[in-house]
Amino acid sequence: MLSTLLVQLLTGLSGASSLFLVSAGLTVIFGVTRVVNFSHGSLYMLGAYTGWSILSRLPREPLPFILGVLLTVAALALLGALLERLLLRRIYAAPELLQLLFTFGVVLVVQDATQAIWGPNDLPLPRGRWLRSFVEIGDARVPLYDLILIAIGPAVLAALWLLLTRTRWGTLIRAATQDREMVAALGVDQKRLFTSVFALGAGLAGLAGALSLPDGSANLQMDLSIITDAFVVVVVGGLGSVPGAFLASILIGVLQAFGIVVLPQATLVLVFVIMAAVLVVRPNGLLGRPQAIRENPASTTLIRPAEPALRWLGLAALILAAAAPLFVGPFLLSVLTEMAVAMLFAAALHFMMGPGGMASFGHAAWFGLGAYAAALAVKGLALPMTAGLLIAPLLAGTAAALFGWFVVRLSGVYLAMLTLAFAQIVWAVMFQAVDLTGGDNGILGVWPAQWATDRLVFYWLTLALCTAATLVLRTILYAPFGYALRGARDSELRAAAIGLDATRLRHAAFTIAGAAAGLAGSLAAFSKGSVFPGFIAISRSVDALLMVLLGGVQSMAGPIVGAIAYTGLFDLLLLATDQWRAVLGLSIIVLVLAFPQGIAGTAHRLWLRGKEA
Amino acid sequence: MKTLAVTALSRSFGGVRAVDGVSFAVAPGEMLALIGPNGAGKSTCFNLLNGQLRPDTGTVHLGGRDITGLSPRRIARHGVGRTFQITATFASMTARENVQLALLAHHRQIWRFLRPAPQHHAREADALLAQVGMAEQADRAAAILAYGDLKRLELAIALAAAPRLLLMDEPTAGMAPAERTALMALTRDLANQRQMAVLFTEHDMDVVFGIADRILVLDRGRLVAEGTPETIRANPAVRAIYLGTGATTGGH
Ligand SMILES: Nc1ncnc2c1ncn2[C@@H]1O[C@H](COP(=O)(O)OP(=O)(O)OP(=O)(O)O)[C@@H](O)[C@H]1O
Ligand SMILES: [Mg+2]
Repeated sequence: MLSTLLVQLLTGLSGASSLFLVSAGLTVIFGVTRVVNFSHGSLYMLGAYTGWSILSRLPREPLPFILGVLLTVAALALLGALLERLLLRRIYAAPELLQLLFTFGVVLVVQDATQAIWGPNDLPLPRGRWLRSFVEIGDARVPLYDLILIAIGPAVLAALWLLLTRTRWGTLIRAATQDREMVAALGVDQKRLFTSVFALGAGLAGLAGALSLPDGSANLQMDLSIITDAFVVVVVGGLGSVPGAFLASILIGVLQAFGIVVLPQATLVLVFVIMAAVLVVRPNGLLGRPQAIRENPASTTLIRPAEPALRWLGLAALILAAAAPLFVGPFLLSVLTEMAVAMLFAAALHFMMGPGGMASFGHAAWFGLGAYAAALAVKGLALPMTAGLLIAPLLAGTAAALFGWFVVRLSGVYLAMLTLAFAQIVWAVMFQAVDLTGGDNGILGVWPAQWATDRLVFYWLTLALCTAATLVLRTILYAPFGYALRGARDSELRAAAIGLDATRLRHAAFTIAGAAAGLAGSLAAFSKGSVFPGFIAISRSVDALLMVLLGGVQSMAGPIVGAIAYTGLFDLLLLATDQWRAVLGLSIIVLVLAFPQGIAGTAHRLWLRGKEA
Repeated sequence: MKTLAVTALSRSFGGVRAVDGVSFAVAPGEMLALIGPNGAGKSTCFNLLNGQLRPDTGTVHLGGRDITGLSPRRIARHGVGRTFQITATFASMTARENVQLALLAHHRQIWRFLRPAPQHHAREADALLAQVGMAEQADRAAAILAYGDLKRLELAIALAAAPRLLLMDEPTAGMAPAERTALMALTRDLANQRQMAVLFTEHDMDVVFGIADRILVLDRGRLVAEGTPETIRANPAVRAIYLGTGATTGGH
């Protein structure tokens, strides 16, 4: 008994080590550059692939292994420096959300590039005998490699600590983490500092990637799976704090190791509960400092109801959409259905993101929960479709209310990272709960009720429900509640001074947005006839973000236009190429570089230049 | 009963004692000026009164009720209105909508989801804006108002809640001298009519000595003098503090 506990503890600690290596780089980079680097997981993945290419060519002895790993670290550090020089440097002044989106574009490009270079299959590393040996501790047999990993964590922490406290470079990093302006004022060459910090972080990610090989393989899923954990660690530890990241890695690593033994299904939920508990007690993480509040650029634009011309245009578009099935074929009809769903999904995100000021990076969670709720209602409970369509928003809304309770106490990147982490957890739960959800195979045969099986009828139903729900959201935004919500976003100080409860307002908005996304998800489920974990994937959350940003956060019409344009373009893209990730990723990168203040923001400014004055 | 009673209020930042054992009271309808050189602790004092900051020690009573350490929102609900030294308004709304939202909050009508907010309390909002001389600006976005107009708008927002106590941190910054006197004369009238207590800071000494019933002088967190304009004018300690600071004619 005791020995199993020991083995489990050691497994947890070794997992914590690699988690720490990745998180330490992420947190140092954030501390200095204030960029939440989504592509940090890609560096880890590239570390594994690069490590595989190097190590699989070397003799399987300890010394060549060490040399190979060091070579990988150097390669990744170089790559990190290049990435910073060529791309990230250009977006330091952009809003947080666009930075996050930008680095997600990098993730997509790296995914396709990696697949093109190394192929789609997992690449396991042939292990030398020493890597497979065990050490006897009491009556337990512990893999030697686990012990090595366990030692590496604290060793790297110590090295980082020495670096940060004993060298001039480290002093600069710490100073920049605490006060960026001060370093600029001291006349430090910021560019060199930023590049070197990126190289350091990328090197650490590369180290973690290479070290992960003996226990697993290089594969195409590792980027997103590690980044979620790393986000959790960095948030729990406190953004910018290396010791915080160390503590949090141990906490999460050990928890996961024990959770797998005791209650495998509940592990992820447990991680999330721990994270929530830490953040409720310490909103800036274990060892983090309060974040300076950033100006909300959207809040300086006057929000007006649509002008009459735009309303007529909207009505015309709606009539056209309603009449479309009479002219178009089945493929276009399914695209139109998708557009209607996307419109509601984007409007729901816009609801909390624009007027609510809460940029969610995991809006797919509610969409997916709605889809699964509807699917389970009709397949599991044999309820009619209408019940499914009702249960979906209720369940998604309830989940959003529970999760939102503490997430609305956060803001900015914390909120974005947490919503993302939550969506990933929901994704993993749906993926793992095979008995209930069919896991990767999904739930099939989720068809509409008899009266709505006709594609035409179902399209009209979808169009009607999505349009109605979007109009409801719009009505709420112009009602006193919506104004109060927007007021709390514009000025927290003024909102409190007139007696508004910003937290409660945001909580309600979060819940409403979750419910609306849930309805969209259930319609998507019935229209596709099936539900998969892909309904909750990060890329779906990003879809919604792109739609909103494309159309503009400033008006209610924005997300609608954005959803229609994006769905249309994306479907075209899917038809044209199977490298859609790379194309989409490159488009994101180019768009953010071209319009660092957001497409709509830029367009709006141009429009205003003509009007005001 | 006094509207506001403050006893032994203190607050430090690191080693700096921004407010140090300050006690005073304001009666209904009274206008009390809080003056002192830059960094004396005036804004900190306001922040302690409206809950923006928690005091290290001391108590704040509003109409006999202890409100020490309550949140800004709670304190606002108890009838404390405030304008800020650096204005805080809702930038994505028009001036009228700013006031309408304040009226909606005051009437506890925030949790309504149907009728558009601009259709609520439009007439009251316009009346309040007219009162502070902003009638023409009602439809303009708060984001593009001139600084003096933002100060006026803040006053209208604060008045929308019919406060018992009004805290005004440099309400006339950014205005021409004639406008300053007019705005403070208006505040004077309102204080009399509504029996509203007003605590304000102001760098323009003509305004302070012309309008205030009583004056408090703060220096490095401490209360160094208190009394009617005449006694303060004659106070040698006050003269010493202000000598050479150039603050007697206003501005920074
Ligand atoms: N949040 C804070 N953190 C640290 N120090 C602060 C903070 N707020 C105020 N101080 C310090 O407290 C002292 C009093 O500041 P305060 O803003 O209250 O002065 P003030 O009288 O309003 O000055 P002014 O006339 O310039 O507005 C100053 O020394 C200031 O630096
Ligand atoms: Mg001040």
